[in-house]
Amino acid sequence: MTATIEVPRAGAECVDITAAAARIGAEVAAEAADSVDRDARFPHETFAALRAARLLSATIPADLGGKGAGVTEAGAAVEALGRHCASSGMVLAMHYLQIACLARHGQNQLLRAFLRRVEADQLLLASATTEIGIGGKLRQSSCAVELADGRFELEKHAPVISYGAHADALLVTARRTPDSAPNDQVLVLCEPPGLELEQTGSWDTIGMRGTVSPGFVVRASGDAGQVLTDSFGDIAARTMLPVSHLLWSHVWLGIAGAALEKAGGFVRAEARKQPGTTPASATRLAEAGAMYATMRAMVREATRAFCELDSGSLADDPGIGLALSMNALKVSASERVVEIVTKALRICGMAGYKEGSPYSMGRLLRDAHSAALMVGNDRLLGDNAQLLLLYKGW
Amino acid sequence: MAAMDDEIRSILARYGRLAVPAGTLGEHDDLPRVGLTSHASVSVMLALEDQFDIEFPESMLRKSTFESIAAIRVAVQTLLSVGQAS
Repeated sequence: MTATIEVPRAGAECVDITAAAARIGAEVAAEAADSVDRDARFPHETFAALRAARLLSATIPADLGGKGAGVTEAGAAVEALGRHCASSGMVLAMHYLQIACLARHGQNQLLRAFLRRVEADQLLLASATTEIGIGGKLRQSSCAVELADGRFELEKHAPVISYGAHADALLVTARRTPDSAPNDQVLVLCEPPGLELEQTGSWDTIGMRGTVSPGFVVRASGDAGQVLTDSFGDIAARTMLPVSHLLWSHVWLGIAGAALEKAGGFVRAEARKQPGTTPASATRLAEAGAMYATMRAMVREATRAFCELDSGSLADDPGIGLALSMNALKVSASERVVEIVTKALRICGMAGYKEGSPYSMGRLLRDAHSAALMVGNDRLLGDNAQLLLLYKGW
Repeated sequence: MAAMDDEIRSILARYGRLAVPAGTLGEHDDLPRVGLTSHASVSVMLALEDQFDIEFPESMLRKSTFESIAAIRVAVQTLLSVGQAS
């Protein structure tokens, strides 16, 4: 790979972030996707283009210099990008998630100034929530923040940090103090020079290879103001859980759309060979299309419902209905994407099974299988099983 | 009121999985801060429903209802008075 990066022009003036993400997806991410996947490398050229188009700050509130895009627009953008390179779409989705946590829950001057810097310098944000010994339980930490003289210190052993080595700053969960209970957590902004990452594992996975998510030991220190003002319990319930599931689902919708685009092309090519006869694969495509329509409606409706709640009661306390519906969305969308890509593979047959054909389904299928694993569906179903013991809102 | 607080403490001791003994808690101590997880709060809610023969409506199934012993007491008393009125 050369170090030369082609940066598409006409970015900054593009108001419609979905159109900009779609353009970068088609012109940059699509070209790089196979090499990103093959080499399990970070999609540098795509992120250079996103930075040039100032898309990394699209969701930062306008009063802090961003475009003020909401979850609906952010979802559409990661879907559009994810269609061409799911790893790139997922990295952008996670970045927008960190921005949402900071913008909605970091109310001090230092954190506001940091968001302005994210806009000015187009910084990429990642997060370290999972921890060795705790696993994927978002609402528990073992490591703790130590505060003294207006400074903090923490050390966290993270089994996975997505694009950790490529991010400019991290949001890290930790217990509030060394004496705090495991669920009494805070979220801490960590950035160089007060951030040191020591890589402890490798990243050679079935799919989502471009997210480059090995393990790290995180050692961080800095101003006490870098600890977000709201408790992590509130941040998780009001922002991290719903926004992550909404944005991830959009990326998976992008994968499903890309699979159907290929399958549709295959069926049309078949039909052209024998005009007057509907190919057998067309019936499968009709089935897959119906599945896709259901998945898309589910993702769009969940987004609409969240935005409606967000403009009203969510500011106080979301209740259990939000967690139930967002967990259900994540589980359903992650299962549907695999079903749709699998059906698309059946439609394309050997042409889809082979690498290097216009109908190759390999990367899409491998990427799709990550969906059920990132925050395991069994854990979310277990959470919902328990919440439903109380739920009366059917 | 004190009797109800004791019943609430005993339910918290049994189902709250707190990091501290429930008997040492003040009525305004922040329960999530002493380790009440959302999972454990579901068990606490179910035990309260059984103990006081009440049912928490959807609108009360939120974190603020379970943030302290005092908050739980207010919620339980509200539901008991609604039950008597009907």
